[in-house]
Amino acid sequence: MKKYQDIELDYAKGVQPVSTIHKLLTYTTAILFIVLVYMAFIYSPVEKTMGPVQKIFYAHVPSAWIAGVAFLGVFILSIAFLITRKRIYDLYAGISAEIGVVFTTIVLTTGPIWGRSSWNSWWSWEPRLTTTLILWFIYLAYVMIRHMDSPWDKRARLAAVFGIIGFLDVPIVFFAIRWWNTKMHPIVFGEGKDQSGGGLEPEMLATLFVGLGAFTLLYIVLLQKGVMIEKAKIAVQAYKEKLQDKLVR
Amino acid sequence: MLFKGAMALAWKDLYTEWKTKQTISTMLIFAGLVVIVFSFAFDPMNTTVKAIIPGLIWVIIVFAGLLGLNRSFTSEGKNDTIHALIVAPLDPSSIYLGKFISNLVMILIVEIISIPFLFILFDFKFHANLLYFILTIFIGTFGFVSAGTFLAALSSNSRSSEMLLPIILFPISTPILIGAVQATKIQLISPDKFASAISWMQLITAYDLIIFVACFILYEYVQEV
Repeated sequence: MKKYQDIELDYAKGVQPVSTIHKLLTYTTAILFIVLVYMAFIYSPVEKTMGPVQKIFYAHVPSAWIAGVAFLGVFILSIAFLITRKRIYDLYAGISAEIGVVFTTIVLTTGPIWGRSSWNSWWSWEPRLTTTLILWFIYLAYVMIRHMDSPWDKRARLAAVFGIIGFLDVPIVFFAIRWWNTKMHPIVFGEGKDQSGGGLEPEMLATLFVGLGAFTLLYIVLLQKGVMIEKAKIAVQAYKEKLQDKLVR
Repeated sequence: MLFKGAMALAWKDLYTEWKTKQTISTMLIFAGLVVIVFSFAFDPMNTTVKAIIPGLIWVIIVFAGLLGLNRSFTSEGKNDTIHALIVAPLDPSSIYLGKFISNLVMILIVEIISIPFLFILFDFKFHANLLYFILTIFIGTFGFVSAGTFLAALSSNSRSSEMLLPIILFPISTPILIGAVQATKIQLISPDKFASAISWMQLITAYDLIIFVACFILYEYVQEV
């Protein structure tokens, strides 16, 4: 059996200062989001058939992208945890899953708003929608496992195992639902001849890429922030236990 | 060695079940009650209700199966026999395999009794190919039990395992539910589209293989002290 490696806490230093990279990333993300808002609402043209509702696209697609990245992150970090048994990977995996759940929720709320005006129905049992919903449930389950009442090493191990199984399950869910029901989503980056899958105006494409960049940076910032908070929690807990020990004696 | 240990464990489980008949009787009564609840919810005299029979079959399997899966690991906690299993000179995977076999056998027994019961109560005339029907039920159950046994072991570590198991098991087993319901529906209701039933069965088989192998490999991480 492998030995678990808890994170190292330096109590003497007190609260660790926020790193410059983190600060820099935070400011860059903020600026990029302002740029994104400008590009989405002013720079990019209004879509011909859908009208201004299409603007939701610039939040919807990047959120879906981040959800995917976050869950891939959970999968990789879970494997890394099971191999190395370092708690830091577990912290990152947990935060990544939480971010993923939040962004999946954004996808699942912006989707129906968009769908109501372009498909004329809030929800359709269509492969990508349904897969996203199932994905959301899988990672809610993951978060629930993380909130189990056990010592951290056990909890981390079980969560890591579930993170791996859950991720392996997603493609099968997608194929199953795809066979079960046909598609309604356009393929944006053109498939087949003459970009019949949809295609985008260059301005829209540029806005979309800014959106993807902004959301990716936001993911990194949130990940770092979350791990900082988790570390602070652990430090406070350890300090409390120390204090209790002292008081008992 | 792997199979010998697994068979011993499965035999132990099934033998204790034979002596007490506690879980299996609960599962059977529950399955019967589900059928009755459905007969109230959907009028069995209505001919359109025939279309939901395949769904009913799988609802019974899933809910009754859940009862058995919940018991399979929590019952080991009572006298802390789970630790005896861990320290026993067994490969962790053979614990999984043993529990898997005993759960599979129990759910199959419930199916053998409850599905004909459902057909009788809903007055359903069975015209499908029996062999393929049984095969569909079997591979669907196989996948559900392989994910279920694994996740039951995982959730048994929690104090509220009965609540945790359905929440973690249902999303993971959605491909089984979709595929098995579709394959069963095609066979029972529109046998002329038999080719697509075969492709659904292939999907279920792929799921079975991936999930079973993944659970088999990852099980040792669930069972560490």
